[in-house]
Amino acid sequence: MKTVYVDNNATTRVDPKVLREMEPYFCDLYGNPSSMHHFGGQVAGAVKRARQQVAEIIGADPSEIVFTSCGTESDNAAIWGTLHSYPQKHHIVTTRVEHPAVLTLCNHLMKQGHSVTELPVNHEGLLDLDQLRDAITPYTAVVSIMWANNETGVIFPVEEIAEIVKEKGSVFHCDAVQAVGKIPIDMKKNKIDMLSLSGHKLHAPKGVGALYIRKGTRFTPFFIGGHQEHNRRGGTESVPSIIGLGKACELALAYMDEEKTRVKALRDRLEAGLLANIPNALLNGHQTHRLPNTSSLSFEYIEGEGILLLMSREGIAASSGSACTSGSLEPSHVLRAMGVPFTGAHGSIRFSLSRFNTDDEVDYILEKIPPIISRLRELSPFWKRRNRSAAFQ
Amino acid sequence: MAYSEQVMDHFMNPRNVGEISEASGIGEAGSPKCGDVMRFSLQMKEGVVRDARFKTFGCGAALATSRMATGIVKGATVEGAVKVANQAVAEVLGGQPAVKMHCSVLAEEALEAALTDYFKKQGEPEDKVIQLKKAAGIQVRRHNHGDEGHSC
Ligand SMILES: Cc1ncc(COP(=O)(O)O)c(C=O)c1O
Repeated sequence: MKTVYVDNNATTRVDPKVLREMEPYFCDLYGNPSSMHHFGGQVAGAVKRARQQVAEIIGADPSEIVFTSCGTESDNAAIWGTLHSYPQKHHIVTTRVEHPAVLTLCNHLMKQGHSVTELPVNHEGLLDLDQLRDAITPYTAVVSIMWANNETGVIFPVEEIAEIVKEKGSVFHCDAVQAVGKIPIDMKKNKIDMLSLSGHKLHAPKGVGALYIRKGTRFTPFFIGGHQEHNRRGGTESVPSIIGLGKACELALAYMDEEKTRVKALRDRLEAGLLANIPNALLNGHQTHRLPNTSSLSFEYIEGEGILLLMSREGIAASSGSACTSGSLEPSHVLRAMGVPFTGAHGSIRFSLSRFNTDDEVDYILEKIPPIISRLRELSPFWKRRNRSAAFQ
Repeated sequence: MAYSEQVMDHFMNPRNVGEISEASGIGEAGSPKCGDVMRFSLQMKEGVVRDARFKTFGCGAALATSRMATGIVKGATVEGAVKVANQAVAEVLGGQPAVKMHCSVLAEEALEAALTDYFKKQGEPEDKVIQLKKAAGIQVRRHNHGDEGHSC
């Protein structure tokens, strides 16, 4: 059976060009970039080039890039590291819709005695910047706010947020794991102090990421060990993955226009087609302040897991914010923070596209999904009792 | 996905879907907050379940258990229905991830609610189902489904 993969915010296919670039660094050029000999030294040269490629996609200086093992490590290193650099400050500001890489860490830090402010969002998933301004105190060590949301694709005005945070004298960390490679980012034009990115969201392999640390920012290493990464992250570099991440960034930069034109057009056609052909389907998140590849839709009165199971039988891979798929019984914290009613939140499906998706695939999804939705609604006690839906807010 | 073939089959081929128009008893369990609600309707004749149908909002396990529970009570006596539902649920529960227990226990509750409705209409005491369960030596489960401040 063919696979139609529209779950690219979860992870992406490694671009074959990326893989080809990585291959020599397993069995042939396997030296340690820290070694004195030429055999290792040539690898150091390749790592340097990858660092330039990563720096370039976000308009940074290569010296500001620290390679890590994933987005989660970058987030942890930024937040934990900043708290350690400012021991007299104990407060963190973040939002209710962050990825668990930030939110779970903040919960953990709270148990250890830090205080955390989680900013709410409105029904379109947007922040109130006045609330942000009021939340930052002289004791706020770090403000951590994502660039783009993984579930809805909603984009926060992080450049404006950086201005506010700097004005108030705190450090701003931005989780840009979903943004890098999908929308243009230029660190020369903003005041963000630290920024996380992850390879597997932009067609590089899983298990490699980077943390941007602006020159002059105080930083305490999270991985303590050797002198690698200019003493900012101990551990022998994961060379092949780093080479892959570099190549993936180079490609993503080259495909940036395609992302905001062709990929966006595919997403828009998919979204419009589903909304037009399925009653009681709603878009989650702001219509335009959104990544070009993401569409989170709620199909009211049914449960997302059933939709995923039936879609999966047709070879369509997507994800859901429903409780059953998260391993808990609460639906997505992002949709709940936006006030999406339970019957809608449980029935949410996230489609996230990439440059590997085609028009034919969109046609296929548009053909397969409406009957799946009506089939499941036939089983639902809420369907055809729509006048009672007010009871389920 | 970690569903057994049996559960997948129940999910893919849902029988007993719908609502009986002049049902002898209708019962509902669950809450939309937790992501599953089951509504069972029963048609009784001479103390025997002639027909049982469901409408369920919920995950694969919830839909599968609904079909299984409605299927298994058909043809049973009221006393029997109370017992078999319990067994059916236990069967589906076997090998399910712990978080799915929730969905499956609901089927038993929905059936209990439908039988209670039936008994009420018959002028029998409201706790008749509990009495029958106790008499049969079946554990009476209480699954906490409220709307305020409860965990699912
Ligand atoms: C917004 C966001 N932050 C962080 C992460 C974690 O990245 P990784 O899987 O590389 O640890 C993800 C991806 O799951 C994400 O979407």
